[in-house]
Amino acid sequence: MLEQTRSLVALDTGAPSAGHVLPLELRRLSLETGGRRLIDSVDLKVEEPGITVILGPNGAGKSLLLRLVHGLVAPTDGIILWGGRPMDDEIRRRQAMVFQKPVLLRRTSAANITYALGLRGIARSERNSRAQQALELAGLERHAFTPARVLSGGEQQRLCLARALSLDPEVLLLDEPTASLDPASTLDIERLFIGAKHRGIKVIVVTHDVGQARRLAQDVIFLHHGRLIEHQPAGRFFDHPESDTARAFMAGGLVL
Amino acid sequence: MLDLSQAFASALRQIVTLDSQLLQIIALSLKVTLTAVAIATLLGFSVGGVLAVYRFPGRGAVAALLNALMGLPPVVAGLIVYLLLSNAGPLGVLQLLYTPGAMIIAQAILITPIVAALTRQTCEDLLEEYRDQLRSLGASSAEMVTTLLWDGRYRLTTAVLAGFGRAIAEVGAVMIVGGNIDHVTRTMTTAIALETSKGNIALALALGMILLAIALVVNIALMSIRRLAAHFAYA
Repeated sequence: MLEQTRSLVALDTGAPSAGHVLPLELRRLSLETGGRRLIDSVDLKVEEPGITVILGPNGAGKSLLLRLVHGLVAPTDGIILWGGRPMDDEIRRRQAMVFQKPVLLRRTSAANITYALGLRGIARSERNSRAQQALELAGLERHAFTPARVLSGGEQQRLCLARALSLDPEVLLLDEPTASLDPASTLDIERLFIGAKHRGIKVIVVTHDVGQARRLAQDVIFLHHGRLIEHQPAGRFFDHPESDTARAFMAGGLVL
Repeated sequence: MLDLSQAFASALRQIVTLDSQLLQIIALSLKVTLTAVAIATLLGFSVGGVLAVYRFPGRGAVAALLNALMGLPPVVAGLIVYLLLSNAGPLGVLQLLYTPGAMIIAQAILITPIVAALTRQTCEDLLEEYRDQLRSLGASSAEMVTTLLWDGRYRLTTAVLAGFGRAIAEVGAVMIVGGNIDHVTRTMTTAIALETSKGNIALALALGMILLAIALVVNIALMSIRRLAAHFAYA
C-alpha cells in the first residue's frame, strides 16, 4: 500500500494540469464515409476536468467520436479545438488512449511501457524506473518480464492503462475499456482511471454501460445515430434526461 | 538395380568419410546461398516494411511487381545477371562472371522479391492490429517500420526460410553465371546436374541426400522457433 502511494506521487510529478488542454470544443463536427453520416454536426464544449462519459447504444458513433478527438480519424467537416488550438500531433502527444481490445506489442510487459516512453523521447535511463512505477500502479510488477500477450484479459487492459499513464498524459481517452471484462477486472480498471482523475488528468470514457456511467461520470455526452442528443452534468442527466431516447436507453429499453 | 545400390553405398561412404570434394561443394553452396539470403533479408525487410507502412503513388504497382517477381524463373535471373556482368555488359569491368560473387548476386536477385513480398504481407497484417495504438503513442512512419519488423520477427523467419529454400535449391541461375567450374563455382545443385549426366550417380546421390538433410534441419529449426514464439504469444 505504501509502495502504491509512493508510485502515485512519483507519477504525479511533472504532470501538467489539464487546464491547458481544456476546454475541448467541437464545432459542427461531421464524419461521412460511403455516403453515410456517422457523426452528424456535433457541437460540444467540455470545460470541466474530471471524468466525462460518452454514452449511447451500439453504433451511436461513440468510439468514432473518441477517435476524432484524438486525431486518429480526420473529420470530413467541422473543427476540433483543444484549449482553443486545432488538434495536431503536438496535442496528441499530451494525450493517451486505451482501446477496447488491448493492443500490446509482442514483448514483455515492461518492454511495452519502455517502448512507449521511448517514442515520447524519454531518456533511456529514466524509462525502466518509470515503467516499474507504472507496473506497480497497475498491480502488475510481478509480471514485468512476462510476455504481455500471455497475460489475462483484465491484466492486459491494466497494462494498457499503465502504459498510457506512464506517459503522464493530460488527457486520458478510454474506448469501452471494460467491455469484455469481468466485474473484478472492471473494478480494477475503474480504480485506475479514477486515480488518474484525482491526479488532475482529464478522463473521457466511452461506454454503453449505464451502471458504469453512473459510477463515474461528472458529465455525460449522450449520442445516438451520430448526433449529440444531450450533454449534461451527470446528476441532471440521470435524474431528468431531457430526451426520450436517453430515457428509453436508461430504462433498459431497446433504442432504435 | 545392383548399380543403384552400389551407388547408394558409395554415396553414404562419401558422406560418412567427409569426402573433401563433397565438403568443398557443400561449403561453397552454403557460402553463396547464405550470403545471398543475408543480402535479400536486408533489402527485403526494408522494402517490405516500407511498402507496408508508407503510402505513396505507385505503391500498388510496386507490390504487384514484387508478387510477380516471386515467380521469376531462376534461368531468367541468371540471364539478366549474365548480361549485366558479361564483358560487354554495364558491370563487365567488375570481372565477376564465373565467380561466386556473380552467383551471390543472381541468387539475391532471385529471392529478394520473395523476402520483400512476404515481409510486406506480414507487416501489413501486424499494422492492421497496431496502427491506431502506434499513432496514438506518437510513432512516426519510420518508427512503425522498425516496430513491425521487430514484432514480426518470428513470423518473418518464414520469409527468410522461403528465400533460403529457393536459393539453395535452384540450378539455373548459378549454372549460367557461375559456369559450374570445378573447385571454383560448383554448387550442390549444379554438381548433381553434371554428375547425373556423366553417370556418376554416387556423388549426385550423396549431394542430393545432403541437400534434403539441410532442408529438413532448417525446417525443424524454424518449427521450434515458431513453437517457442507461440508459447510466448509472440507469433
